[in-house]
This record gives sequence, C-alpha cells and structure tokens, in this order.
Amino acid sequence: MAEPEAHPPEQTGRPRPTLTAPKGPRETLGSAPEAAPPVSRSQLQLARERFFHHKPAVAGLVVFVSLLLLSTIGGHFWHYSYSDITAQYSTGPSLQHPFGTDTIGHDLFAQVLLGTATSIKTAIVVAALATVVGTLIGALAGYYGTWADFALMRFTDLVLTVPLFAVLLVLANTLGKQANSWFWIAIILAALLWTYLARLVRGSFLSLREREFVEAEWAIGASDARIIVRHLIPNALGPIVVNATLTVAVAMLIEAALSFVGLGIQPPEVSLGSLINDGQGAMAVLPWLFFFPAGFLIAIILSINFIGDGLRDALDPSQRNSS
Amino acid sequence: MSDHLLEVRDLSVDFSTREGTVQAVRGLSLDLAPRETVGIVGESGSGKSTVALAILGLLPRNATVSGSVRSGDTELTGLPERALAKVRGSTIAYIPQDPLTSLNPAYTIGWQVAEAIWAKGLDSKRGAHRRALELLETVGIPRAAQQMDRYPHEFSGGMRQRVAIAIAMANNPRIMIADEPTTALDVTIQAQVLDALRAAREETHASLILITHDLGIVAGMADRVMVMYAGKPVETAPTDEVFYRSRMPYTLGLLGSLPRLDDERRGPLRPIPGTPPSLLTLPSGCPFRPRCPVAFDRCVTEEPGLDPAGPDHRAACHLRTELEAGDTTLFAASWEDTTDQVGGDEVGIHGRSRSEVPHG
Amino acid sequence: MWPFILRRVLAGLVVLFIASFCLYVLVSLSGDPLAQLKANPHVSPRTIEAARHQMHLDEPLLQRYWTWFTGFLHGDFGTSTTGQRVGPQIWVRLGVTAKLVIPTVIIAAIVAVLLGIWSAVKQYSVTDHTSTALAYLFYSSPVFVIALVLKNFLAVDVNKTLGHTIFYTVGENTPGVTGTWNVIRDDAAHTALPVIALVLVTYAAWSRYQRAAMLDVLNADYIRLARAKGLSRRRVLLVHAARNALIPVTTVIALDFAVILGGTVITEIVFGWEGMGRFLYEGLTGPVSPDVNAVQAWLMITATAVVAFNIIADILYAVLDPRIRLG
Repeated sequence: MAEPEAHPPEQTGRPRPTLTAPKGPRETLGSAPEAAPPVSRSQLQLARERFFHHKPAVAGLVVFVSLLLLSTIGGHFWHYSYSDITAQYSTGPSLQHPFGTDTIGHDLFAQVLLGTATSIKTAIVVAALATVVGTLIGALAGYYGTWADFALMRFTDLVLTVPLFAVLLVLANTLGKQANSWFWIAIILAALLWTYLARLVRGSFLSLREREFVEAEWAIGASDARIIVRHLIPNALGPIVVNATLTVAVAMLIEAALSFVGLGIQPPEVSLGSLINDGQGAMAVLPWLFFFPAGFLIAIILSINFIGDGLRDALDPSQRNSS
Repeated sequence: MSDHLLEVRDLSVDFSTREGTVQAVRGLSLDLAPRETVGIVGESGSGKSTVALAILGLLPRNATVSGSVRSGDTELTGLPERALAKVRGSTIAYIPQDPLTSLNPAYTIGWQVAEAIWAKGLDSKRGAHRRALELLETVGIPRAAQQMDRYPHEFSGGMRQRVAIAIAMANNPRIMIADEPTTALDVTIQAQVLDALRAAREETHASLILITHDLGIVAGMADRVMVMYAGKPVETAPTDEVFYRSRMPYTLGLLGSLPRLDDERRGPLRPIPGTPPSLLTLPSGCPFRPRCPVAFDRCVTEEPGLDPAGPDHRAACHLRTELEAGDTTLFAASWEDTTDQVGGDEVGIHGRSRSEVPHG
Repeated sequence: MWPFILRRVLAGLVVLFIASFCLYVLVSLSGDPLAQLKANPHVSPRTIEAARHQMHLDEPLLQRYWTWFTGFLHGDFGTSTTGQRVGPQIWVRLGVTAKLVIPTVIIAAIVAVLLGIWSAVKQYSVTDHTSTALAYLFYSSPVFVIALVLKNFLAVDVNKTLGHTIFYTVGENTPGVTGTWNVIRDDAAHTALPVIALVLVTYAAWSRYQRAAMLDVLNADYIRLARAKGLSRRRVLLVHAARNALIPVTTVIALDFAVILGGTVITEIVFGWEGMGRFLYEGLTGPVSPDVNAVQAWLMITATAVVAFNIIADILYAVLDPRIRLG
C-alpha cells in the first residue's frame, strides 16, 4: 500500500502538515506501544540534518568541543601548572608563556585552561541538575495539575520575584564560602535555575496531556509513570534539550559574575570570572590578563548559544526564523 | 484589444525549496470575461491557490513566476509593489481561505472594512465607515451597527469570512478571487458564506474566480469550470459540459467518487486509487497516468496538451475524443479489486482491462 | 480588570512576605557582623557585648525578624550594622540606581524594537546578519567584561585622544559641581559608560525576540490580506504588522526588569556607583556584614518593583491584545 507522501505545502503561508505516521504492527497488550512508530527514527535523522545545516551551530560545536578538549586534556600536557610560580612575572605573550604571566609569575595559559575547565564543568553540572529536577517537577505539576501545579507556580513566582542575582549572592555568601568547592556553587545555581525549566515542562505537559494518545494510554490502563516517562517526556524533549543547552550558557554567565565579585569559585580553585577579577587591577598595563580569560569566556558562551540555536532549529522546525 | 477583464497566458510558478524546485503551476492560461464566474477545481497540491496568489503578486519570496497576467492594459507579473498595491483591492480583490487567521486581531471588523476604502484615499474616514456598515449588512452580519465595533475573535469562522467578503467588495472591484472560501468552514455555514459571495457578486457586478476542491459549490455558482491536476489545467468547459459530458479521466473520477442524492445508480462509490504525484519530481508523460484506468503507452511518453474536445471544451487527454463523454464508471467500485496493472507501476488498476480500451 | 489587579497585588504581598522571611534567615545565618570586632585584640569583651546588644544579636532569630517586620510596617527600615539608619540611606541609593536603570530600559527597549523590526523586514540581508551577529555577541558577554572594556580601554583612549575627560569611570557624579547645566553635563559624562554597558547586554536578547515576533507576524495570513487589500507597504508594516509584533516584546521587557537589577549590581561595582546594587553587595561582604537590615531593605524595594512590573506586564498585554481580557 503506498504511503501517503508529504505534499509540498500549499503556499498559503500555513505550516507544513505533519506526516501521518503509518501505524506500526499490532502490539499485544502489555508491551508498551511506542508513542511515535518507526517514523521517529527518521525524525532524528531529519533533526540531525537540520542541525548540521545551521552553520553557526556547527561552528559553535567545533569551537566548544575544541576548547573543552584543550582545557581538560591540554592542561595535562602543558608543562606549567596553574599554581607554578615562575621567575617571569608581568610578561606579555611569548613562546614560553603564550598567554603571558601575571604579577606574581603564574603562567596565564595554564590558569586559563584550568579556569575554562572549572567554568565549563560547573555550568554543565548546573544545567544537568536543573534539567533533571526541573523536568521532574514540571512534569508532575503539568500532569497532575491542581495543588501540585499551584504549589509549583507559587514557588516559581517567589524565585522569579526576588532578583536572581541577589539570592545567589546571599546563598553564595552563606554557603559558598564555607563549602569552598565548585560543586557547591553549581548546586546553588541549579537550586534557582531549575524553575525556568520546570515552568517550561509544565506548560508542555499541560497541553500534551490533552492529546488523544494520552487518553488512549489511560484507556488501556497504563500507569502514570509509564505515560510520563515513555510518552510525554519524549514528546516534550525538544524544548527541554534546547533549554538545557541555553542553561549551560546562562550558568556560565552567572558563575563568572559571581566569581568576579568574589562570591563564586574561591581560591585555590580558578574560574574564568575569578581570573578576570584578579587581572582587573593591572588591566591597563597588562591587558593580556584580561583579554585571554575574557575572550575564552565569551567564545565558550557564544558557541553554546549557537549550538542551542541550532538545536532549536533541528528539534522545533516550526520556528522558521533562524538567522 | 479584447474585452476580457483578465488574460492569463502560460502562467508558471516554481518554488525553490531545500528539497529542490517545486513546480506548483505549469502553464496555465485563462480568459475572464466581464460578469463571469470561473470555478477552478482541484485537490490539495494541484496548484489552484498558487494561481490566485500569483495573479495578485502575493507569493512568498522563493517563488518564481513566468508567463503573463494582463488586466486591461496592464501586465501584472513583474509589476513593482507600489503599482500592484493600486491594482489590489480596487481592480482585483482577494477573499482568503482561512477566516480564522485572515483578519488582524488588533482591530475591529468595522475598522478593517473601512480601512480598505479610506487608506487608499477613496473616501473620507467617515464616509468609509458608513459604507462599511452597508457592506457588512449586505454580507449578512446581523446587527451590523453594533457588531462593527467588535474584534474578529468575537466572531465565528463563517462570520469572519463574510467580513472578508465585505472587505473584498468594498471598492467595487472588477474581479474577485475567492481562494477556497468555504474550505475551512462547516458545511452548514458554507451556504451562508456562498450567499454572501453571491450578494457581493450581484452588487459589484464583478467577475469571480472561485477556487475550491468542492465540485458541489462550483456547480451552484460557476459559469465555467477549470479542473486542475498536478499544476496544470486538465479540462476547461462550461459547467454543464464538465459535469455531464466530461472527457478527461481525472474529472470523471472526481465526479464518480462523489456521493449524490440524485444518483439512480445504487452502487458503491468509485474512488480514484493512488495519490497525486509529488511536484518535486513529476513523472514523464501525463501526470495522471499512474492512476488512470485507460492509460496506454503514449501516456507514458507524451504529456497531453489542453486540446479541443468539444464546443468551448478543452481536455488534456490523448483519449479525449474516444472516451464516452461523462462516463463516470471508468473507475471500478471500491471493493472490486482486480490486480490488472494498466499503465502504472505503483498502483493496481481496477476495472477495465487493457484489451477493452482503444489505443489511439 | 480591578479584581485581577487586586488578586495579583495580594499574591504579590504574600510572596514578598515569604521572601522577606527566607532571606532574613539566610542572611542572618550567613555570618557574624561582629567578626572583625571580635578578631581585634584591643577591643574589650564589654564593648563587644554592648555592640551585640545594640544590634539585637542577643535576641533569638525569630524575634529579630518580628522586630524588623513590625518596624517595616511602620515604614522603618531599621538600623544598619554600621550604626546608621537604613531608611534615609536606601532612598538616596534608590535615586542613584534609578539614574542608571531608567535610561537603560528606555534606550535598550527602543534600540531592540527598532533593530528587531528592521532585521525582520530585511531578513537575510547584510544588515540583518550583522545585527544578529552583534546581538549574539553581546548576549553572550557578561556585563562586567563589557563594563571593564569600556572603563579601561574606551574611556581612557577617548579621553586621551580628545585631551579632556569625556567619560568618567568612577562614581555617579563629581561632588561640588554646581549650576543646572553643569550638573546635567557632569551626570551625563558619568552615566554614559555604565548605561552603555547595561544597554548592550540588555538590548541583545530583546532584539532577537522582537525579530522573531516580527517574522512570525509577517508570515501571518492577516498580513497577506492587508497586502491584498491594496494597502501601501509602509502601512502594512507599521499599522498591521508592528502593531501585533510589539505585543510579546512589551511583556518581555517588563518581566526582564528583575534581570536588569542583577546587572546593575555588577555595573555599580565596576564603576563605583553608590547605588542600591553596591548597597546590597556591601551589606553582604563589607566589614560589618552581614547587614541584615540593609539587605532586607534592598529586598523589599526591589521585590516590590519586580512584582509591580510583573503586574504591569500583564495589564499591558491585555491592553494591547484585544483577545486577552483579564478575569
């Protein structure tokens, strides 16, 4: 039987109609029917195609991966460690010290590599935690509604009302200085950023819940957990992934700001924000102390933003407005 | 100088997309006489809506238009936007397909109708406002005076479509193009909208190009019918000719697949098997060949032109003169399943076997 | 509409109350304002005890909160750990920050809307690509990086080239300047760089949003009908398209207010402004920190502003979009 083809959209400006998925083979009750039959595999391929079509996203991916590898692996091969104090202090970029040295004699290249690794590591942990927590809570609120939803919305109101940065300052002040580890900073940031994802997932679930396939699942007696995990979350996955990626960028920005004012990553740990802080006094005379960490910071955040945009293009093609 | 209001010659529209070039319209020609209603019929993807937008110059950026569209002395294709804007709304008016999204949600319906008049400098704001009230009454908006100040979202689809018709007739255009005006609406509402369309036609004395996939609508409103398939017109004739004496298998298939109250034949419906071809990669020869019960070897190699098949009747089929005019039993009934493959490779053709069809 | 506003205000008050309590507890537990005093060997235990009593630190936490709360209801922000009353200080600081925030929001909003609409209308043009690239760049730059660049490179270089100080980099004004015209000029010279820094990080996200909204609108059916009516291109763009495209971004701007306040903290630190942001920072990290009353005062003012702007955002949305009616 010929499969219905997707017709080129009538040029009335309306979005392309979705492929009507051919029904999969008859499932026996008890085995979990897939929400999206075989077509989902080719959807993934389509998404991948769309991503690689997005040139800035690909460039961002290349840059990000390069910097990630450089900062993690490269640090091991570089002959200076971040805490080595050399005899050359306040020198500009040279063959021996590609990024120059600071006023004490640290090799800036080693420091930037470590700072990059720390910043990226922190941001990724933040995004991971925030995504997991946010998705779970948002899913529960969106699926069950009523009081769970109400509680979530009031709590996020609370979090969003108080300027984020202030709360972070307070929290970082209270907990961060004592805990003295990048991980705690990550936890603090995640503790506030999950709310954005929760709101997003809640919104998705509220609308997904009304779809017929959910009713069908209820009718055959599928458990709530199964419906949420195997059907609703995969369908909401697109915006979740995009948002998780952008959360990494946001987390990097915030962590850098916190570290810059002395409340984020503490010595002896090094972050790009703290490096910029260290270098700001001598910035006018020793500009490399500022430009290398700042450049790396912007480069990473920019690439992550591009990747996020590419993912949005790939996973949510109804957004026709990519640059 | 002919007295046709609109002369379309060999209109073609290509869309360049990521997957390739889509040939939405492939050589369409049409003459529109004063006070004439032409129905353009076809299924989704036949290119009929594209024709409407091409005439008005409203196609998106990735569209390439070739051919000629003349309104009076003016060549419309390639006309700069400013000049086109003068033609639109005044000479040629457009009635859109989806009433739920075609009106600006931020302005009242009365304002949007009046704007069609005063924004083009054709009357004062107050005069336009008064005229808008008249127009809304003509199209059948109840309590128009109060309803004028309401917003589109406060109206049903059928009402909004009537507002769109009021907008179209506001400046007494010579030509109205209704692009599937009832497709998005319930059947019960369709009648009301068609009434409004007739009222508009009456008052403005305009010619009407009525684009639809619904043969029933066309039967009630059109003087002439043009059937489109895969971007090309495949049959044009006066309405009765098309309905009772069609000479193109596709049209016959369409007619045969309609349930009819007045049908003496008490038999099953006869659908056209298969699906229309992709406009990205058209097969060679006649595009209807894969689904045609009477296709033969010439249909594979040579695409038929729109050639005469009777009085004021043209059909794009090599067998147009041999076919029994109006024979809708060309296609087999839905549950008769013979696996006789005639002319096509994808789909099993039912009904007449090859030996019964004359080769020409 | 009024029932809606009332409900939101009440909800806002509840949120404010809870926030004030949570923050009070967090801040109080985050450290000891007497730490430096205690570390000083020359200070007698009696002095320390007196100081402790004066700051009410000998009272239990809940009682301290209650004292603050009742005081606040009477309009009294309490006393800072520095000994001065918080009230007068914070209003002055508010004025300073307002000098930074208000121009920022206005300029960033105008720039973002104009750029966003322009980029959408000229989609894929060189202008579009350039402004998108710049928006991405600024969107990805921390405000302190931009602030530092402006402060240490732009200001210095421009001032040197022109021979005298156009851009000041420290403080919000020069003390002792008199005469209205001189004061205005002096203020502007001090305000320029901080505002530029904040505007650059703020406009970027908004302009991308505006561009997307405008593109959505331009592809809408009602725009096509507007063109089919024979309206001029300019009319279609301004009266029909922009009118609708501005709706979503208006609420985004109102809601982003809280984010801007975060940015002002950093900007004030970098440029040495004595505003609310610095007030908070010093309250948390200064020599007699944590200064609970100072932080609470900061919170109440900013949180009130955020709640107010959120409500304004919703009202604005309803005003602009006839499809929305507040219930």
